[in-house]
Amino acid sequence: MSLAAQLPALQVVVPLLTAPLLVLLRGPSLAWAAATAASLTSFAIAIALTAAVLGQGALHYEMGGWQAPFGITLDIDALGALMLLLITGASSVALVSGRESLARDIDPGRLHLFYAAWLIAVAGLSGIAVTGDAFNVFVFMEISSLATYVLIAAGPDRRALTATFKYLIMGTIGATFYLIGVGLVYMMTGTLNFADMEVRVADVTDQLPILVAAGFITVGLALKAAVFPLHLWLPNAYTHAPHIVTAFLAACSTKVAIYVLLRFDFFVFQGNLEDHAFQFSMFLAPLALLGILVGSAVAMVEGNLKRLLAFSSVAQIGYILLGASFASEAGLTAAVAHMFNHALAKGGLFLAVAAIAMRVSGVRLTDIGGVGRRMPWTTAGLVIAGASLVGIPGTAGFVSKWLLLQAAFQQGTLGIMAAVVVILSSLAAVVYVWRIVEQAYFGEPAAEGITVGEAPWPLLAGVWMVALANIYFGVSPELPVALAESAAGELLRHLP
Amino acid sequence: MSPADTILVALLLPLVGAVGIVLAGRWPNLRETVTLVTATSLAIVVWSLIPLIMDGGRPGVVVAELFGGLTLAFSVEPLGMLFAALASALWIVNSVYSIGYMRGNNEKNQTRFYVCFAVALSAVMGVAFADNLLTLFLCYELLTLSTYPLVAHKGDEATIRSARIYLGILLATSIGLLLPAIIWTYTVAGTLTFTPGGILAGNLEGPAVGLLLGLYVFGIGKAALMPVHRWLPAAMVAPTPVSALLHAVAVVKAGVFTVTKVIIYVFGVENLFAEPSGGWLLYAAAFTIIAASVVALRQQNLKRMLAYSTIGQLSYVVLAAAVLTPLSEIGAAVHIVAHAFGKITLFFAAGAIYTASKKTELHQLRGIGARMPWTMAAFTIAALSMIGVPPTGGFVSKWFILAGSFQSDNYVAIFTIILSTVLNAAYFLPVIFAAWFSREPEGGKDHGEAPWPAVLALCITAAATLGFFFFNQPVLDLESQLVGRIK
Repeated sequence: MSLAAQLPALQVVVPLLTAPLLVLLRGPSLAWAAATAASLTSFAIAIALTAAVLGQGALHYEMGGWQAPFGITLDIDALGALMLLLITGASSVALVSGRESLARDIDPGRLHLFYAAWLIAVAGLSGIAVTGDAFNVFVFMEISSLATYVLIAAGPDRRALTATFKYLIMGTIGATFYLIGVGLVYMMTGTLNFADMEVRVADVTDQLPILVAAGFITVGLALKAAVFPLHLWLPNAYTHAPHIVTAFLAACSTKVAIYVLLRFDFFVFQGNLEDHAFQFSMFLAPLALLGILVGSAVAMVEGNLKRLLAFSSVAQIGYILLGASFASEAGLTAAVAHMFNHALAKGGLFLAVAAIAMRVSGVRLTDIGGVGRRMPWTTAGLVIAGASLVGIPGTAGFVSKWLLLQAAFQQGTLGIMAAVVVILSSLAAVVYVWRIVEQAYFGEPAAEGITVGEAPWPLLAGVWMVALANIYFGVSPELPVALAESAAGELLRHLP
Repeated sequence: MSPADTILVALLLPLVGAVGIVLAGRWPNLRETVTLVTATSLAIVVWSLIPLIMDGGRPGVVVAELFGGLTLAFSVEPLGMLFAALASALWIVNSVYSIGYMRGNNEKNQTRFYVCFAVALSAVMGVAFADNLLTLFLCYELLTLSTYPLVAHKGDEATIRSARIYLGILLATSIGLLLPAIIWTYTVAGTLTFTPGGILAGNLEGPAVGLLLGLYVFGIGKAALMPVHRWLPAAMVAPTPVSALLHAVAVVKAGVFTVTKVIIYVFGVENLFAEPSGGWLLYAAAFTIIAASVVALRQQNLKRMLAYSTIGQLSYVVLAAAVLTPLSEIGAAVHIVAHAFGKITLFFAAGAIYTASKKTELHQLRGIGARMPWTMAAFTIAALSMIGVPPTGGFVSKWFILAGSFQSDNYVAIFTIILSTVLNAAYFLPVIFAAWFSREPEGGKDHGEAPWPAVLALCITAAATLGFFFFNQPVLDLESQLVGRIK
């Protein structure tokens, strides 16, 4: 068998096996180099897999040659490929550009352990995206969560610990709910393989445990995905984590939970449970709308830059869910495309914040006064990513906003209400992005702790790479839209 | 060079110029040369398209395929041709003026000023040549964003507050109303490409037409239809060349140009005429004309008075488009040109007065005609054009709008135009009278004309205002293609 055929497994194996090596390497520079190399390799694998999925459709891989449902299978469809691109891409950009920022935030004696945890997180998140086994998802989820707790707890001050604790409690509850749900499904069907479940659930749809399982799984994953009102862990975790970690997590971690949610609900329950599409929509759409409104409103008045962006994430997760809750092709396309575009916008913004934090004393809005004059390039990158978050045409964010509004208009009266909420939230985004921009260009510089000059060049290059990607995918959005359309088609196969 | 290439060159040239301006930033003379060369080449490129369009050619180019059959595409039709030709020609004059103004006032950050100006012009070309609503929207937003630094140029507290109003209103209306309108159009019509006769005909009827029209007209905040006009007086904190080219010509005309284009190519004139629910636009425009003129009467600051005058004059174009007769559509296009010459002259004069004497208020202008005869002569000609007195350009467009209104016996439009002519006279004539015939108060600053580039520029545009009265046939020929044969 050629190496190319093993890529689905290597996607997880490369970071997972590099992680223990890092512990042996010890030296911070060496550890960084190895971690970056592993992450870039994973990114290359993800690109190859995406190309294969686009070319020949979904990939199927049997671990150790054991056939499903006895063995574990890896299944990569368009949605999974998109997730892999996000996870490994965000990790690579963050690692390549974030070395000096991380060296500032973390004790050098533990830096190699930190990088090991990073790779384990990448392995866990990638594992969720590739596996075709429900219990496997739980295992990888725990792997990635435990590693993520470590990454967040590495934050520069002690508040990171309480933030981590909050996340740990809520994350564990979410994972447990998911496990309970999977257990119930297993009890009723005797299988853990997604594809197998899809067929076997049909025999037991009238049984209460399946309904209970659907509830547990949806709520548990919603907790992981920080769906309003279960988002409480997210702002603190994002705020107090090291800046580079925030950029990485904001780009992909919650989206992976949404990915599992979509897979479970659309593949396993949709089409098997009576009226599931309706219940799914009616349960999630109001939460999505509330999340959009509350997240945007809080972001408008928040004074801490990272917390502001974190609340914006709560709103953006609402966009994704809103699109999914339409349960239409246009809606799911918009949702999946927005996962990609929001990762670009928010990842770019958090990277820019990391760059600015290298040169000013804090990340409150008052701390960044006048950085536009001292760090013109970094700030310009921040403006571009911010424009993408708002949805200015010509940026990636505009594409998904367009798709989402278009999907909303197809939904009739309720859809127009949703469109109004989305537009209001876009206007709120104008306000909160503008607060940052205006402060950066016209604010008074804080008196103390000012170092003149741009951020280190790798970080600046990272910011600009993401900023340019925002423009590139705004002008030629074929890749995310093609993946999103394909994913939407697959997700809808059980619906009329 | 094929016409398609010419379009691309017209779009890219100002951007290349912007890069050149950045590179030449350290040497002011070289930098200004780059601006002038860019402006001149742009005008040559744009004007070279005119013969083709006159002969009925409609060249186009697709830049990128987006999603769902949407494209980023540009094409040239008579209305856009006119707008682009106007903006590119006036950019040259305005650049000459800018040199005199910016140096005469020792403004800071002049490189940024010229760069943003060039980017804004690129966006204007994009708006003028956009082949579909999506492309137009993209360029429209780029225009808003690239003019923000120009409005906020001074950078002090009051300026930033005004600039925030500017950006806030323009972005909020475009994202909040225009974008939904475009998506709605796409949902019902399945296309966004500007098509003669409109794309909504047969796809949308009843009150929804009026609602969609409202989303468009108020979403296009740059057209400054009340109540979304507040950004225009706020934008007057910008240096005068910005007010002159952008807030008397390029930006505001991009607004009314878009409104006209939407009425002609999206709704379709005949389709909209047959649909009573769109009739409110006429009244909204009429109200804006009268109200803006009344507010202009009460202004004490020269630039603010001109801003309210602009709001009124912009609604002339909207009113003319909303009358929905062939002659009035031509009148709308002609008024875009006629008002441009006149208003840019007025702003040039206001800036020249400020540069020479630091005077900004109306009551300070007594007797200034003796000190600045050229400037005030130009001011007088332009003001007469605003009122619509022959032999100025303003008379021509008013003629067509009135003729169009009589075609459909539209007495609301006729009455509005007459009343607003009286009001225009009421706020311009006292200023002119005081400038020429009142005695200058004692103890004022001793000054003469502004630097010569500024005076030269305003003389050119004043001459154009007069010249347009006599030589308007090419514009009429071009725009009569808009409505087919004049009935």
